[in-house]
Amino acid sequence: MSTPERAIRRTTSRVAPSSDWPGCVAAGTVWLVALLVACVFFWIVGDLIRHALPHLTWSFLVEAPSDAGRSGGIGPILVSTMWLLGVCLTVSVPIGVGAAMYLAEFTRNGGRLGRFVRGSLDVLAGVPSIVFGLFGNALFSIYLGMGFSILSGGLTLACMVLPILIRTTEEGLRAVPDDYRRAAVALGLSQTVTMWRVLLPAAAPGLIVGLVLGIGRAVGETAALLFTSGYVDRMPESLLDSGRSLAVHIYDLAMNVPGGSGHAYATAFVLIGLLLVMNVLTFWIADRWLHRRVTPA
Amino acid sequence: MYPLPTDAILRKTLRTTAAVAGGVMLLIFAFLAIESLPALRSVGFARFFTDPSWHPAGGAQVGRFSLTPMLVGTLTAAVGAVLLATPLGIASALFCAFYAPPRAGAAYRGLIELLAGIPSVIYGFWGLVVLAPLIRHWQPPGQSLLAGVLILSVMILPTVALLAESSLRSVPRAYLQGAAALGLSRWATIRGVALPAARSGIVAAILLATGRALGETMAVLMVTGNVARVPGSVFDPIRTLTANIALELGYALDHHRSALFVSGLLLMVMTVIIVIAAAWSGRRHEHA
Amino acid sequence: MSASDPNQPIRPWAERAGCCPERKPHLRVHDLSVSYHGTPAIRNVTMDLSRGCITAIIGPSGCGKSTFLNCLNRMTDLVPGCRVKGSVRLDGTDIGADGTNLIALRRRVGMIFQKPNPFPLSIRENLTFPLKHHGVRNRHDREAQAEAVLRQVGLWGEVKDRLDQPALRLSGGQQQRLCLARALVLNPEVILLDEPCSALDPIASGMVEDLIASLRTSYTVVIVTHNLPQARRLADDVAMFWLVDGAGTLIEYGTAGKLFETPEKEITADYLRGARG
Repeated sequence: MSTPERAIRRTTSRVAPSSDWPGCVAAGTVWLVALLVACVFFWIVGDLIRHALPHLTWSFLVEAPSDAGRSGGIGPILVSTMWLLGVCLTVSVPIGVGAAMYLAEFTRNGGRLGRFVRGSLDVLAGVPSIVFGLFGNALFSIYLGMGFSILSGGLTLACMVLPILIRTTEEGLRAVPDDYRRAAVALGLSQTVTMWRVLLPAAAPGLIVGLVLGIGRAVGETAALLFTSGYVDRMPESLLDSGRSLAVHIYDLAMNVPGGSGHAYATAFVLIGLLLVMNVLTFWIADRWLHRRVTPA
Repeated sequence: MYPLPTDAILRKTLRTTAAVAGGVMLLIFAFLAIESLPALRSVGFARFFTDPSWHPAGGAQVGRFSLTPMLVGTLTAAVGAVLLATPLGIASALFCAFYAPPRAGAAYRGLIELLAGIPSVIYGFWGLVVLAPLIRHWQPPGQSLLAGVLILSVMILPTVALLAESSLRSVPRAYLQGAAALGLSRWATIRGVALPAARSGIVAAILLATGRALGETMAVLMVTGNVARVPGSVFDPIRTLTANIALELGYALDHHRSALFVSGLLLMVMTVIIVIAAAWSGRRHEHA
Repeated sequence: MSASDPNQPIRPWAERAGCCPERKPHLRVHDLSVSYHGTPAIRNVTMDLSRGCITAIIGPSGCGKSTFLNCLNRMTDLVPGCRVKGSVRLDGTDIGADGTNLIALRRRVGMIFQKPNPFPLSIRENLTFPLKHHGVRNRHDREAQAEAVLRQVGLWGEVKDRLDQPALRLSGGQQQRLCLARALVLNPEVILLDEPCSALDPIASGMVEDLIASLRTSYTVVIVTHNLPQARRLADDVAMFWLVDGAGTLIEYGTAGKLFETPEKEITADYLRGARG
């Protein structure tokens, strides 16, 4: 909390309550809202944990689903989810980082391609996920003939994650002080080498944030996958096999399988757990790597 | 400036990736348009809004292709959610920025960030098994516009709160210090100084949240009952454009499928309008 | 002799140890004018920079000193809208000509900036990385050159046990010496310094200054400085810049002894006295 906020609190604590009823009402309302939101949060999370715990066993995590998912586990589904994430990141990270580098380093002074790319990424960031599903279905599954497959789903996810990655990586690159660039030019270093060894590592925080947000979006995505990677809940043998992600499994159990809500709760718990683990892991790796190189005095 | 041949290669490669990234949007429009053409040609643009109902099976002449019930469903759910989430989100932001003791504020913000990270299908699921039954106690059937509005508000509240809070935190210290020096109370400072200064960021937050609400698919699919009729009250079930596509694409054929792509195109147009509105409002406040 | 006492008599340049008696021009600047988006920054500057000497560029803020310095290694290319007219010749070759090898140019002409800017890499890598890029393939050679140059700037004793730690952990003065080492490791002929001590505390500043003085005769040094006592201490030649008609102009140029003791132009005399600028 910065100093002005503290200053405001100090001055206002001296104002007699009776003479400041709008302030009292405001304060009361704000606290009430905060309490309300916190209650909703604990209600949802508590409900989730309470109903999920009975079903969380090791066998749940590794076995295949049976009886349409009412019993058994989510083993193949976890595998499919990881593969989908893998395809998504393999495609979106190089393109995203490359585009971010172009936008940050080569379009400082405007330029039509830069403005077009930024505008189109803004639109892409707002496109509803089912529209991505339509697009993925039309382009990847049908036009390119991949059918319902992990490849098709992963590529669709890559399109969705691209704007997030590019935005944060570009911001990270722009935040790198120009001092480094000038020093590199004065030393006669090529731009390729400067970017690769100096600028990108310095911009890593932005990239990491983008990665975490992107992973969150990809793993939590349902609508885009329904018509690109499909519903099959068996262990996928190859990227061209159909596979179901954790989110799709929750949807199926909730809407199409009577009595499936118990396992749906458990799957939801695993999904959130997975997101938390990946967040922490990504930041931890980033921290170790950055600490080795960049920690300032 | 950078005379090495490797640098020229670098520039060309990066340019290509940027073009690919920018081209995705064009590809989406292109494929949506191509797939929409059959329906647009046989059914005609006007009928998508003037037909009596949505019963698309049976071919272009026999079927009914009105998107109006779904459009009404989308708009009412989104508007309701935004009306509910905006004051709650701004109040949350005020709490974090001005009212909470430091640790409580940080914890609360962490809570909001966690809420932001929960996937929509989990919100939908919770709405389906907890919220809808509760509403059903009050007034059947439970899965309704009201459920949709409530779930959507919870989903977009973090967006509004986090963006509004970062706008409030970037209000120049000089303004707040000036107000404190004048002996203004906390609420007077907020109302008179902080909120107006953060206005453009808050407007952007609201626009972004509106976009999210309009585009949400899974949560509304699971809690709104999916009846393709214009609702008479908040307890009536509705179907949104997004849910419509998700439900029917799996078995739609020919003109039905093409009609779904038309609704996808409509959603894209709504997205572009929101993005342009956000850009325009951002620029307007810059000049203000 | 107190370093900060402006009233100390200047030792005539000939008395200073190892200074450059022969005055052979290394860089010849002819009629140099620079404008940014049409607004002139410097106008019609003509001067010769002598080999092995330390030339100080002095003058108040905003009169084009840094712009002038940036022309000497074509850093002006980085600024959009910057137009350079006139010529800068390094050993007779015009560096502004089309087809000039900028990489080679920047090897021969090194630059130190006002704010120390070591790369966010380890201390060792800050030195070996430019070497590697300029073609020194053998790792032992790189390490040897890095060590030699660290000894030259007096950092070796301080950092030899922590060469793999991030360079950003060094103090400001150490970072600036590292930047100097980084420029020296490429074996330049000319070293350009843009107010190298202004961001440092007095002790670090003194160390860097001593270092710069030690570069005399081995390198041609051009230093832009606000600090008149520093200029007096270091310079063999002095160029005085001033704003005339909105653009930086070379008012006077001469040997340090002459310019500081008997300046020709009134502006110079006023500035040196502290009456102007």
